[in-house]
Amino acid sequence: MKEFVMIYRSEPMGEIKLTPEGNLEVSKEWENWMGGIAAQNRLVSPGMRLGNEGRTIKPGNVVTNGPYAEIKEIIGGLSIFRGESIEEVAEWAKSCPILAAGGNVEVRDVMQMNG
Amino acid sequence: MQEKELIPYLYRTEFRKITAVLCRLFGIEHITIAEDIVGDTFLLAAETWGLKGIPANPAAWLYVVAKNKTRDFLKRNTIFNEKVSPEVQYSMDESHEIDVDLSPTNINDSQLQMMFAICHPGIPPESQIGLSLRILCSFSIDEIADAFLTNKETINKRLYRAKEKLKEDNVRIEMPGETQIGNRLETVLTTLYLLFNEGYYSSSRNTVLTKDLCLEAMRLTHMLTENKSTNLPEVNALLALMCFHASRFEARIDKNGELILYEDQDISLWNSELINQGEFYLNTAARGIKLSKYHLEAAIAYWHTAERDSPEKWEKVLSLYNRLLMTEYSPIAALNRTYALAKVYGNPAAINEAEKLGLDESPLYHSLLGELYTTVDKQKAAEHFSIALKLTKTSGDKKVIRKKIEKLKNDHELGE
Repeated sequence: MKEFVMIYRSEPMGEIKLTPEGNLEVSKEWENWMGGIAAQNRLVSPGMRLGNEGRTIKPGNVVTNGPYAEIKEIIGGLSIFRGESIEEVAEWAKSCPILAAGGNVEVRDVMQMNG
Repeated sequence: MQEKELIPYLYRTEFRKITAVLCRLFGIEHITIAEDIVGDTFLLAAETWGLKGIPANPAAWLYVVAKNKTRDFLKRNTIFNEKVSPEVQYSMDESHEIDVDLSPTNINDSQLQMMFAICHPGIPPESQIGLSLRILCSFSIDEIADAFLTNKETINKRLYRAKEKLKEDNVRIEMPGETQIGNRLETVLTTLYLLFNEGYYSSSRNTVLTKDLCLEAMRLTHMLTENKSTNLPEVNALLALMCFHASRFEARIDKNGELILYEDQDISLWNSELINQGEFYLNTAARGIKLSKYHLEAAIAYWHTAERDSPEKWEKVLSLYNRLLMTEYSPIAALNRTYALAKVYGNPAAINEAEKLGLDESPLYHSLLGELYTTVDKQKAAEHFSIALKLTKTSGDKKVIRKKIEKLKNDHELGE
């Protein structure tokens, strides 16, 4: 089996809800979706959710605020899965809750790095 | 207490204490010598007390005899003396008398250090559990064999290999340093968790013994909460989990030693004191930022001590199983998640998820599907239950499944 990454993209989410302990509130939909894949022993890592702060650095010491300047959709997070093929993983992505929120998912295969 | 009951009782409580102290004194490579000395001490107690009566302070008597036997052993064994740890040689040179320190503090420290030595990442988990039962819990070889449903020879071999491995790896009997304690503690907790489960889910018919296994796992975990450097959130979470499970001891086994399923248990038999203790440890565990799998499992167990069916309960349990699976996969968590999913979203939705699990070899998987299909398709339910029956090994579990099949048939005949 190979590893694949899902990259979640959507419009910036506005204010991010935190639990009293300061953790990110994960919605029931996300939990059930990812839990369902994890129950098949196919989740390598839930990965991470990205916040709203950002800087984009370009050649010539050009620093812009956030990744928002030119693209409407930003990367909101990513997770790592284990699958037989990219088709199988793409099939799981079809029920990803981000789609209902108007976002999209990009599935990519992971290359093993030397050293 | 009469001599007949007193010696087994003292064996359970004192064997491990003296053995830990002697192991620490001799070094890990001489566990067997420590065991033999303590074993001889109890043999002498049985002989002497039978003739002369029980001494005023039996534990103190055992300590004195064990000390003397240790000194005699060291005097007799010059070879051992040459190889033995420098600390022992040092104390012998100074006073020509070795000091066997059987003070409560040293007993406690020695037991904690032995716990870390035995639960060393280099030792296979099965061996860790066996050695823990022998050295930390004073189980006899017969009892360990009984608990694992195997024979003495197998256990003896297993323990021998474990001791050899400790020797090979030159494992030291000491507390790990502050930077290491997190990692090392993880192995200790895994072993205690397995030890508890071994007792809780054992198919051994000896219910007194299997309950003892659970109580010993709890005692050792409790020891960790009493020590400052090991009283960490995940330790408290594990202890909470054990308390919640243990609260159902009286309710989950009937008078014939048969397992009573959770749904059929008499709630009034659940032990409220243990539930309260569990809540206390779970609250203590709720500090720091690390959410261990023990936190999640303890929270699930907590919800199972609450009233049986409420929408809130099953939503919480489902959420906790989702998070548990995201932390660490296990087939049993995957099956339990699917059961919780059925309670929240209904059986058809859960069947759909269950069939993706890829656990066709597991009897529990087919039992679950049998359960889920009962309200959807009785024919399919019966098929799954009969596969489960074929895959199940223990007679107790077979009985439970037969009852389910019987009930399906009866419902069918009643025209349901």
